[in-house]
Parts: sequence; structure tokens; C-alpha cells
Amino acid sequence: MNHLAEKYSEEIQAILAKYPADQKRSAVMPLLYLAQRESGYVTKTAMNEIAELLGITATEVASIVGFYSLYYDKPAGKYRIQVCTDLPCALRGAEEFLEKLCENLGIRVGETTPDGMVTVEHVMCLAACDKAPMFQVQSGEGLSYHENQTVESAMALIQSLKKGASHSNKDGHP
Amino acid sequence: MAKQVTLTIDGKQVTVPEGTLIVDAAKKAGIDVPVFCYHPKMEPVGMCRMCLVEIGRPVIDRATGQVVKEADGSPKVQFGPKLETACTTPVSEGMVVVGASEKVKAGREDILEFLLTSHPLDCPICDKGGECPLQDLTMGFGPGESRFIFDEKMRMDKHVPLGELIYLDRERCIQCGRCVRFQSEIADDPVIGFYQRGRSLEIVTFSEPGFDSYFSGNTTDICPVGALTTADFRFGARPWELNNAASICSQCPVGCNITFNTRREARSGGRMVIKRVMPRQNEAVNEIWICDKGRFAYHFTEGGGSGNSERLTQPLVRKNGELAPVSWDEALQVVAERFRQAGSGLLTLAGGRLSNEDLFNLRQLTQGLGGQTALYTQMAGGDLVAQVGVGQGTNFADMGAGSAILVVASDLHEEAPIWYLRIKQAVERGAMLIVAGARPTRLEKYAAHVVRYPYGSEAAAILAMLNSLSAKRPNLPEPVQALARSPELQAAAKAFAGAQNGLVLYGSEGLGLEGSQALAQACANLLISTNHIGRANNGLIAVWQRANEQGAWDMGFRPRTDLAEAMKSARVLYVVAADPAGDDPSMAEAGEFLVVQELFLTDTAKLADVVLPVEAYTEREGSFTSGERRVQRFYPAVPEPAGLKADFAVTGQIGQLLGLDLEARFASKVMLRIASQIADYAGLDYVRLAEVVEQWPIVGRGDVYYGGTSYENSQGLGVQLAPAAQRGAAVPLAWPEFASQSHSQQASAEGLLAAPINRLLDRGQTVWPSTLLHSRIPQPYVALNPADAAVLRIPSGAMLQVTLNGTARLAAAHLDENVPQGVVLVPRSMGLPIFGPAPVEIRRAEVVSA
Amino acid sequence: MSEYLLLRHRQIPDIGNLTVYRQNEGFQAFHKAVTSMKPEEVTEVVKASGLRGRGGAGFPTGLKWSFIDKNKWPHYVVANADESEPGTFKDREIMENNPFQFLEGVMLCAYAIQANVAYIYLRGEFWQIAAHLDRKIAELHSAGLLGDNLFGTGYSLRLYTHLGAGAYICGEETAMLESLEGKLGQPRLRPPFPPSFGLYGMPTVVNNVETLTNVPLIIEKGAAWYRGYGTEKSAGVKIFSLSGCVNKPGNYELPLGTTFRELIYEHGGGIPGGRQIKAIMPAGASSSLIVANEQALDTPMDYESVPAVGAQLGSASVIIIDESVDIPWLINKTIHFFKHESCGKCTPCREGSYWMMHLTERIDKGKATWKDVELLKDVATQIRGKCLCALGEFSIEAVLSGIDRFRQDFEARVGAREMIETQP
Ligand SMILES: Cc1cc2nc3c(=O)[nH]c(=O)nc-3n(C[C@H](O)[C@H](O)[C@H](O)COP(=O)(O)O)c2cc1C
Ligand code: SF4
Ligand code: SF4
Ligand code: FES
Ligand code: FES
Repeated sequence: MNHLAEKYSEEIQAILAKYPADQKRSAVMPLLYLAQRESGYVTKTAMNEIAELLGITATEVASIVGFYSLYYDKPAGKYRIQVCTDLPCALRGAEEFLEKLCENLGIRVGETTPDGMVTVEHVMCLAACDKAPMFQVQSGEGLSYHENQTVESAMALIQSLKKGASHSNKDGHP
Repeated sequence: MAKQVTLTIDGKQVTVPEGTLIVDAAKKAGIDVPVFCYHPKMEPVGMCRMCLVEIGRPVIDRATGQVVKEADGSPKVQFGPKLETACTTPVSEGMVVVGASEKVKAGREDILEFLLTSHPLDCPICDKGGECPLQDLTMGFGPGESRFIFDEKMRMDKHVPLGELIYLDRERCIQCGRCVRFQSEIADDPVIGFYQRGRSLEIVTFSEPGFDSYFSGNTTDICPVGALTTADFRFGARPWELNNAASICSQCPVGCNITFNTRREARSGGRMVIKRVMPRQNEAVNEIWICDKGRFAYHFTEGGGSGNSERLTQPLVRKNGELAPVSWDEALQVVAERFRQAGSGLLTLAGGRLSNEDLFNLRQLTQGLGGQTALYTQMAGGDLVAQVGVGQGTNFADMGAGSAILVVASDLHEEAPIWYLRIKQAVERGAMLIVAGARPTRLEKYAAHVVRYPYGSEAAAILAMLNSLSAKRPNLPEPVQALARSPELQAAAKAFAGAQNGLVLYGSEGLGLEGSQALAQACANLLISTNHIGRANNGLIAVWQRANEQGAWDMGFRPRTDLAEAMKSARVLYVVAADPAGDDPSMAEAGEFLVVQELFLTDTAKLADVVLPVEAYTEREGSFTSGERRVQRFYPAVPEPAGLKADFAVTGQIGQLLGLDLEARFASKVMLRIASQIADYAGLDYVRLAEVVEQWPIVGRGDVYYGGTSYENSQGLGVQLAPAAQRGAAVPLAWPEFASQSHSQQASAEGLLAAPINRLLDRGQTVWPSTLLHSRIPQPYVALNPADAAVLRIPSGAMLQVTLNGTARLAAAHLDENVPQGVVLVPRSMGLPIFGPAPVEIRRAEVVSA
Repeated sequence: MSEYLLLRHRQIPDIGNLTVYRQNEGFQAFHKAVTSMKPEEVTEVVKASGLRGRGGAGFPTGLKWSFIDKNKWPHYVVANADESEPGTFKDREIMENNPFQFLEGVMLCAYAIQANVAYIYLRGEFWQIAAHLDRKIAELHSAGLLGDNLFGTGYSLRLYTHLGAGAYICGEETAMLESLEGKLGQPRLRPPFPPSFGLYGMPTVVNNVETLTNVPLIIEKGAAWYRGYGTEKSAGVKIFSLSGCVNKPGNYELPLGTTFRELIYEHGGGIPGGRQIKAIMPAGASSSLIVANEQALDTPMDYESVPAVGAQLGSASVIIIDESVDIPWLINKTIHFFKHESCGKCTPCREGSYWMMHLTERIDKGKATWKDVELLKDVATQIRGKCLCALGEFSIEAVLSGIDRFRQDFEARVGAREMIETQP
């Protein structure tokens, strides 16, 4: 049984409609996002289901998961806080920001808070270099940018997330 | 013919067809451009950057379009600022390629130094040592030393099983992608791939089971390092300790050319043993590939004469009800005496894994005594193949646009994987494929037309095609008429008839002897009527169940539909390379006296009065005739085991005892007799069979970096026979009798018909001894449609009692929507007694708790 | 700046609203093109305007469109919204705030090459922007500006967004096409180039978001008008993404040919804390380091002048480095980026970036000797000219220019090591 196909049949139809009928493979990336929404990472079952939907092999699907850094093959915290520490941001204090944030959370970069809510990671440039320090939050509800941050504002956001608030801006417009 | 282009490579003038890549042009000129990712059988990708060369191109005057000349009149050549990759650049007129400069040398050193930064340099314990492109090219083109700090090398897993057959050493992998590209481009089994990116790239498989492909072993030949190795050979031996012997794969009718690598081994008592099977190049047969069955299923040949395998070691004669060892002299005397007494009461039953020489002697002996011969098989039509078989010079590699290939009643991926692969490639070159079958098979993916018929209507479907072209036979039976109305079938027929070349491969899925003979006749009629006979790349190919069934037909053997009765009424039964009792217990009631000539103590042998042990084909020489009617020679790979004889020799000696003029010593001399007595084989001898011509791409010759470790063919490409049609014989149409075995008449009371299918990896005697393959061989099973299963309340995977031909056996239920309703698919050689379509009864087996 | 051509929302805040956009000549160019111009005429106008690609390579846009193979159909447009070069954040501002002008550019390009489908490939992190564009595209359908039989001409066009998933290499156009086909984002061999062998093997034009956003005004107001901006060889305006050690980082839309000095000191408000400017990276992390002397500051930012001071204009992501920054630290940053983003397809980049990373790390930590610095230079030089795509070649720019032009910083680092070693 194809769980993904059943649960998201409409979304899947809409995704497939974007690409020529004989090029279904193009839909692998959007379908992986769909699968990741489910469990925060892409399970082997999901890979098999996507492979079945697209008529390709599970290995071909897995290769995509492995190549792109926004797909995960392992679970982590409910929210992934990804701080940009690339050159332009680093020139504006992003590394100290990340360090302090981790100190505040009592974890090291790459780790998850004991309550399983937050994983902090560093990432490459997110095209927000003029608004450093900044980070993105990734979770089942999507991905959002948080710019011109201080450790205080970031902690406040994390607190609200832990209380169940949404992190994406209301209209989805960043 | 393509336009020719002349260029200069390292001072040498080379003329090659337009479109040739520099790397290949150089190879043809005997100049080595080192490559890792490039492989002459695959599209270039330019990944490894090892093949760097300097390229100069003549300067063209924009105004005149003429080549600008230097003062001395030579063309002015301009070199680019960068080194370029020879593997991705096609040649052009007047191009000047330099591979021997300091700049190029430095560039290649740079690349090798990069590759070695992550390589573990564990060559002393590497299976590839001695035949490793990385090692060779490092010696030839590498830097003296590495400046990379050893401790900073990436540590990765070294023993990763990609399934049970192939192992991966992640540290040794140089990310050339050859294996991944082979699996997707050539095999179309993209079950291994890259994971991660950059320096973290690694090969993975996510298939169930891992690396699930019948072609997986080929990746170990083309992997340019010791990253991929077979579970069979891993740590088995060092390549330079190995001897090699040319042979032919005995597993299917394709006749892949192979090389057995052997070594004298202390742990086998100092005897020569086979360490691995490698492909041997024959561009007209298997190119440089073999399937995993051919690579791994050779173990049945092991242990001849040693007493520590299942192999028979000495002649046995039944004394006081028990089989007791006796001398050869005694055994042969007993047999000769019995044969003499039997005279015309002798029935010789032979199997299709025997060589031509064996079969010829068997026929001579039997005929000399006035006895009868029979071929033990479930498929017929070899006489028609001899008439309208493919013409001399047939080569799938030459088929492309203009060629039509029709495959009927065969799941080629399972039955003859290399033909599957080559037909797929022909389609990619533009050939038109028609697949006619009762259920979907993998090959259909490439088909331009699919003709679907119900089991039992195989010949009818082909006749319907013919009928739709020209209503030759007005009174066709109803099933044919119904099929003939299908627009898809009509389109397929039209396309086939209109093609310049037409080729038909027919198999035995769903068929027994009568059905396959009818099908062969129908196919022959189609070929004759559409004028697709007597020429290269036209004609009929039988997808036999055993390697040399065509040879058996050519030697005069024929199957008989009344075999069971004939066996019972024979005074003496001489069974060679066949196990009827093992296949069907009802065949166990043999005649008065039973002589079995075998490798193993089969169920039939256990019943015998005399058992004669023989050599495996790896222990002797001989020849096979492939499905494409190519006669090919195999050579002994290991020395003759003491106490065993070749089949032809045993038969020959029996014959001599009976005063018949039979050759009993040299296979080559038997071949001379074949050539003098069998018209199609006229002019053949072992020398001709050993002839070779240069093949492209060049493989072997110590250039393993280029084509991989496939062996060069220096021991013979074989000779393709001309069918009667090509020799000018008239080939009349004949109309098969329609037993009109429509489904309903054959089905059981429950309305179920068992249809036999063929699987690559089965439980047959020449596969099962290779324990490595067990994980890939399913438990005995039958497949049925979920709708039928629902009616019978059979859940998927349930254990069933399957009653066929009066014998009940246990088998698991596989539910598969592709199985037509009312049909139960029963795989051959999987422990269920199936020979042709037959009524079947199935019910859930009582679950006996242990 | 008197009038914005691209960042028009800075003057017309609601231009992201379809009605407002249309009140400001929006979609007049598209209407004009589809109803009264031949496709080739559109290409000709773009050619005449002198517009060059804003994605980095500066290839003449109209010329690229004219290369489209007319013997193979269908054709595709793929808008490159991957924007992943460190220091680049201009396409994002356009798509967030002036989306219709960008979409109209895509549509004009599609009409010019007679494509009926165009994809917008956005980096995966632009998840919300993709959703935003999807809504705008839906509005265009409702308004009859997308769909079948547009303006009764029989021409039909559909736009789709497609999200990447975190891979800088997918900004490289052939890797992007592979990615869009559902494969690993690894570059293809070129030639053939996308206009003859692109998406699904079909003729395809790939253009950057900013490039395409220029097109509506060019068609509307004419090539000559556009040439009124910028220089002879670098016509038009450019968005400079200014980042790093500068008081007012951000996007600045200026004519090509504006000097670094004007950008940094007039618009960017100079260097924080009154510190000295030390170096400029005009093309993001892929850039060579320019020594920020007076001559460099007075260099006009256009496709011809920047190479004269030893760098490229690229996508004009100008990263400012001041005297407080150590160059060994900086190249360690850039090499980590390239090591992380190397797709791994070709040997020099895959192995070289990994090797360089070990060296830059050691140098940055003060654990290296001068030999390591020389080895780093050797390794970088070994990579040069041998890679399959430009990423590998980009990776060595900062390294080689850094060691050459800021040698003293490296000497100091190596010195630091000697000091550590001599400590008791
Ligand atoms: C490694 C690499 C990354 C690139 N990233 C981008 C990018 O993020 N956005 C972009 O528009 N072009 C990028 N390019 C350039 C594209 O390959 C291509 O030249 C461009 O999209 C063409 O559009 P244009 O002519 O409008 O500039 C990149 C090139 C390379 C080699
Ligand atoms: S395993 Fe071998 S063939 Fe496959 S990528 Fe690695 S080195 Fe190449
Ligand atoms: S240069 Fe780097 S990114 Fe480009 S193909 Fe090679 S490995 Fe991939
Ligand atoms: S460097 Fe952080 S967003 Fe660009
Ligand atoms: S790049 Fe030419 S052989 Fe690998």
C-alpha cells in the first residue's frame, strides 16, 4: 500500500501536472518535500513509495535524498534552527551569535535539545547576507527566515516554538 | 560509411570515422591515453579528468574559409590555453593532439595525485592488485610521491556488501561512476547509485535484495580499482597467480564467451581449481559482458574426481540390488553386452547440456545398433531453425533502424539475459521490437508493439499476424480469427513485414513440445512469407532451455511426445545428461535395463543398473552450437580428473567394444566426423573454430584501464552456420496442426491451467550447487492472479499443495496481477513437475506445526 | 538614483499587486509582443539593448535567445532563481517585492523562443517565495495573461515553480537542468549548450532572475532607451548586493560602471568603526580578492573594468573586507563553502577542495608551516583549468589571490605557529 499516494493524492496530482507526462521523474524533489513533511526526514518506506509513484528505483530516489542538503535521512529535533555562518554573515558576527545561541540552549552545534524540540546547525549562505545574524527554521510546517537576529530574539522564538507557536509568517510571505 | 577524418596524435597520422572520440582514435593508433571514467561501451562523461591532452586545431581564415598556412606551407595550428579531455572531444579534420608533452604529463600527474589523496593504498591486500588500472596508470603516469598527509585521509567502510554477490570498499572507490552508469545505461537496472556529494560521494544500493540485477558482476570488471569485488572471488587469489582457459558458458543458448581463471590450490589437495569466471570478448555474441548466472553458477563443475563434492567418481554397477563401484572395463563390458542384446530395443535419451561431439557419438552408437534416440527437452522446433535460422553474419550489434525483432513466448530477461541486453541496445539504435506474450515481461518496456494472447494461443497469435498480412488460410480456427481482429496485432504484423530485416525469437513459456513445435512453424511461416530468411540479421532463433539444444537437433536428436511410453518399452535405456525421474517421479518406471551417464548421482542414476561418471565440460574440450547457430569451442580449464572420462569418450569406447567405428580419444576428431557427415557443419574443424579477427573495442592485452578485465578473445570467435535457406534450399510453408489447446479444454476441474515459465536462477542441477546464489533463488512457488486467489481464499505467501501430472508438491503462493486469470504460472526446474501446459489443482496446505 | 528599473517597489510600494503593476505599464510589453511582434523581433530588441546575463557570466542575453535550435521542439525557459553565491541576495528582493516584472520577463523570453512552458527553479530555502510566486502565477491565469490562446493569438504559456533543495551547484545551468529532471545536480558536459540541448534534451534558455526582470522595460521602452544606462559594453543597470564590513549592507541598483568607491562610501555608508577597507570580493565567494587601494576603489564596476584589477564582476555580490579581517581565516571560510558544495563529479574539484580544506584549516589554526602555504598554492594551481565546471575553478580564486596579494597575513599565521612551538 502506498501511504503517501493515498494521503496526498490531490497534492501529488498537482505536482505531477507540472511536468510532461513522460518526465514524471522531475517530480521527485517536490514529492520528497511532501514525504519529509510527514516525519521530518525521509524514511525508507517513503523512498520506496515515491519510487513506485514515479516508476524509478528506490536507489534513484535515495540518491536525491543524499545529494541535496535540505533532505534528511535521519530524524532530528522537531525544529531545525539553521544559522548561516558563511563569509558575509560571519563578517557580521554570525559565528559569535551561533556560539551564544548554543550556550543558551546548552547544546553544541549539530545537537538536539534534550526535549527533542530544537536542533541547531550551521549552514551556508541563505541569500540574506545584509540581515545577519540570521537563520532559517525548518520543520514539518515548512521553512521560514528570521533575520537581523539577536540571541534574545532567537531564544524568544524558540520559547514560543516550544509552546506550539508557528514559525512561518502569517501570509507565508517572508 | 561515415565520413573519414584525418588527424595527428603524437606525431602519428590517424584516419578514423567522423564522430570518433580522440581517446578511441588514439587507442586505434596504439597510443594510450589514460582513462578512468571513460569506457568504450558507454557515453563519455568527462568526470575523472585523467585523459587530458593538448589539442590544436587548424586556423581557418574567416573570409576565405581556407586553412591558414605557416610560412613553410604547413597548416597553422592553434592550441587552446587549457588541457582538454580526450574522452569527450570528437576528432576533427587536421586536429593535432599532443599527449606526450611535459604539460600533459604534469596535468595527468596532478589528477593522479588528487585521486591518491583519498585512496587507501592497500594494494598488497587488494583483489584487484595486478589488474588494477589505478595501480597501472600510477606507475605509468603518476607523481613520485604524495604530499597529502596520510592521517587526513577520509576513513570509510571497507567491506560493504551490496547484496550477497558484490562487495564494495568505499575507501578504494574513485567515484568514476562506471558502475552506476553501467547499471543505468547498459543494464537498465539502476539499483546502485551515488549518495551524498563532493568528497563524501559513496556508492549505495537501496534495492531489495541489494544490488538486485542479473548483470551486477560486470561492474567488477569495469571498476578501475578494487572497490567492487564479487563475493565469489574476494580474497580468493591474486590475479597474477591465475591461469586462464577459454570456454563457453553452458547456462543458456546465448553461448557467452568466457574465461575460467584457475589456480593450483593447496587447500584442494594441490589440484587445479576454478577461481572465477570472466567474460571473454565476442562482439557478435556477448560483447564483453556476461550475466550473473554465467559468472556464479559454475560451481556445479567443481570437485571432479576428488570425492569431496557431489560429483560421481567411479563407475557403478548394481549388484545384489546395490550400486557398487567397479572398474571402467567392467562397467563398459556390462553396458556393451546389454546394448548388443538390446539392439533396436536401445533408447538413448540425451540432454541439451552435452557437447556436439558427445551427441554425435551417441547418435552414431545408437544408430549403429539400430536403436532410437530422443532429446530430453520440453521445447521443439530445432529442425525449423536449421532451415530458416538466422543467416550467417547475424549480429545484434548490427541491428538498428530498419530491423524488426519479434520475441514470442519468452521472458528474455530471465531466459537469456545477454540477448535481452543486446535487443534493448538494438532498440536504442532504432530497431523495432514486437513482444508477443501472454503476460507482461520486462522486455516490453522497449517494445514498439505488444501483442497479448491467452496462454495456449501462441502459434495462433503468430498465424494471426501472418493472416492479417495476407489471408493465406481462410479457415483459421476461431482463436486465430479473434486475435487477427486486434488492431495492435495488425499494426505489429505490418511493421514486421515492412522492415528491411526481420528476426524472430521464440521461447517455451506456457508451452510443451507440441505447442512449441507449432509456434516454431508459425514463426517460420511468418519469416518465409515476409521474406525475412536466408540473410544475415533475418531468421529464427530458439530460446532453448539448455545451452546446446540446437546442437542436439543438428546432430539428429529429436524430442518425442511419447517419451514416457518409449522409455517403458525400451529394452535398454541409456540416459545421458538427463534426469527424468528427478523431474517427474512418474518417469521412474524405466524399462528393463537402465544405464545413466552423469556428473551426479541423480534420482534417475539412483535407479540405474549401471552409472557411468563423466567429466564436467570444464575438464575437457568440445563445442556447443548457440541459439544463433554459432558453433563455439570450449577448452579444458582444469586437468582431466583421474577416473573420469568425457561423454563422447565413454560412448566412443562402448561403440568400439561393439565393433563400431567411433572416435573415443579426441574431440577434435569427432568434430571432423561431424563435418563430414552433417551437411550444415561441413568444413568445420577445431582450427577454424579457433580463428579470431581483431575486435573493437580493444580489451585485455594488459590495457585493463580501457575496457576492463574482460578477456581478449584469442581462442576463437566460433563459426556461425548458414541455415538451409541461405544455402539455397527451398523452404516451404507448412501449417501446424491446431491441437486447439485452448485454455478451457486443458484446465482442471477448478478451471485452472498451469503454464510453465522459465526463471534464470532455478533449482536445477547446474545452478543449485552454487550456494552463493541461494539467497537469490525463491522457494518453490506458483504465481496466480489475486482474483483467482480471492475465490480460492488463498492469501499471498500461503503454502499450497500443488497437484500436477498426478504429483503433489508444496509451493508458496505468489499473487501477481500480471498473471492472467485462470492461469497458474509454474516455474520450471523449481521442484514442481511441469513440462507443458497442464491442468493443475491447488489448495492450501495443512500447516504442520513443528 | 532618479528612477528604479528593477527595484521599483522602492518607489511604488504596492507594485507586487497586479492592479498596481498594470497601472504602471505592467504587461503592456507582453501584450505588445504577443499581439504585434514576431518572436524574433523580441529577441532582436533584447540583442540591441546590450543586456548581458546578470547570473555571473555576463553572456549577451539576446544572442543566447537567438541560438535556440528551431529544429527541435518543444522549447523551454528556465529562470535561474537559485541565488546561492555567498553575498548575493538580489533576486530574492525582486521576487518578493516586484514579482510581476520578473514574471513578465520570463513570459517575454518564452514568447521570444516560442516556449509554452517555463519553469522557475528556486533554491529550496526560497520555499515561501515559491508559494508567493505560485499565487501570483494563479492571478495571471485568472487575468487571462497565462494559459491558452493568449489575447486570441493561439499562443499559450504556463509557468511553474520548482524548488531545489540546498545545493549551490544547481545554480550552474546544466546542473540545474539535471536537477529539474529529477537527477543529481551535477553539471553536464558542454557543448552541447542548453539552447540546443537543454531541459529533457530540448532547446532551452536559462536566464537569471535579474536578467529577465530587465526585459519588460526594454521591450516597452526600446533598446536605445536601455542603452542610456551603463557603459558602451556594459549597458543598463545592475543590482549590487553589498555585504560584509560596511555600514549599510543591502541591494543597490546602479548603472553599470559605477565605481566601487561610490557604492561603498556613498551608498553603503563606508566601513564601520572608521576602520580601513582592506579587500573587496566583487563576485561573492567565487571572487578573487582585490586589494582595496585607491586605484581599485576608483574602478568602474562593469564587465570590462573589474578584470583589469584582477577579478570578475560576476553577479556583483560585493563583499567588503576591512583591516580587522585575516585573509587565512577568510579563505578557510570560502574553501569550506566550496568543499561543502562541490558536487563531486570531477576529480580536481572533489579531491582538491577536500585537500585545500585540510590545508586552510591548518593554516588558519596557526598549525602550519610556510611549506603548507606553498602546498596550498600548488594544489590550487593544480586544480586550475582542469575542472568540469566553473565551481571548481571559482574555488581557487580567493586562495590564489589571497596568498599572492596578502602574503603578509599568511606569513603572520605561520609565524604564530613558530611562536606556539617555541613556548615552553
Ligand atoms: C557554480 C555556479 C553557480 C551558479 N549560480 C548561479 C545562480 O545562483 N544564479 C544564477 O542566475 N546563475 C548562476 N550561475 C550561472 C549560470 O550557470 C548561468 O550562467 C546563468 O543562469 C545564465 O543566466 P544569465 O545569462 O541571465 O546570467 C552559476 C554558475 C556556476 C558555475
Ligand atoms: S565503485 Fe568502482 S566503478 Fe563504481 S564509482 Fe567507484 S571506482 Fe568507479
Ligand atoms: S568542478 Fe566541482 S562542482 Fe563542477 S563538476 Fe567538478 S566536482 Fe562538480
Ligand atoms: S552569508 Fe549568510 S545569508 Fe549570505
Ligand atoms: S575524463 Fe576522460 S577518462 Fe575520465
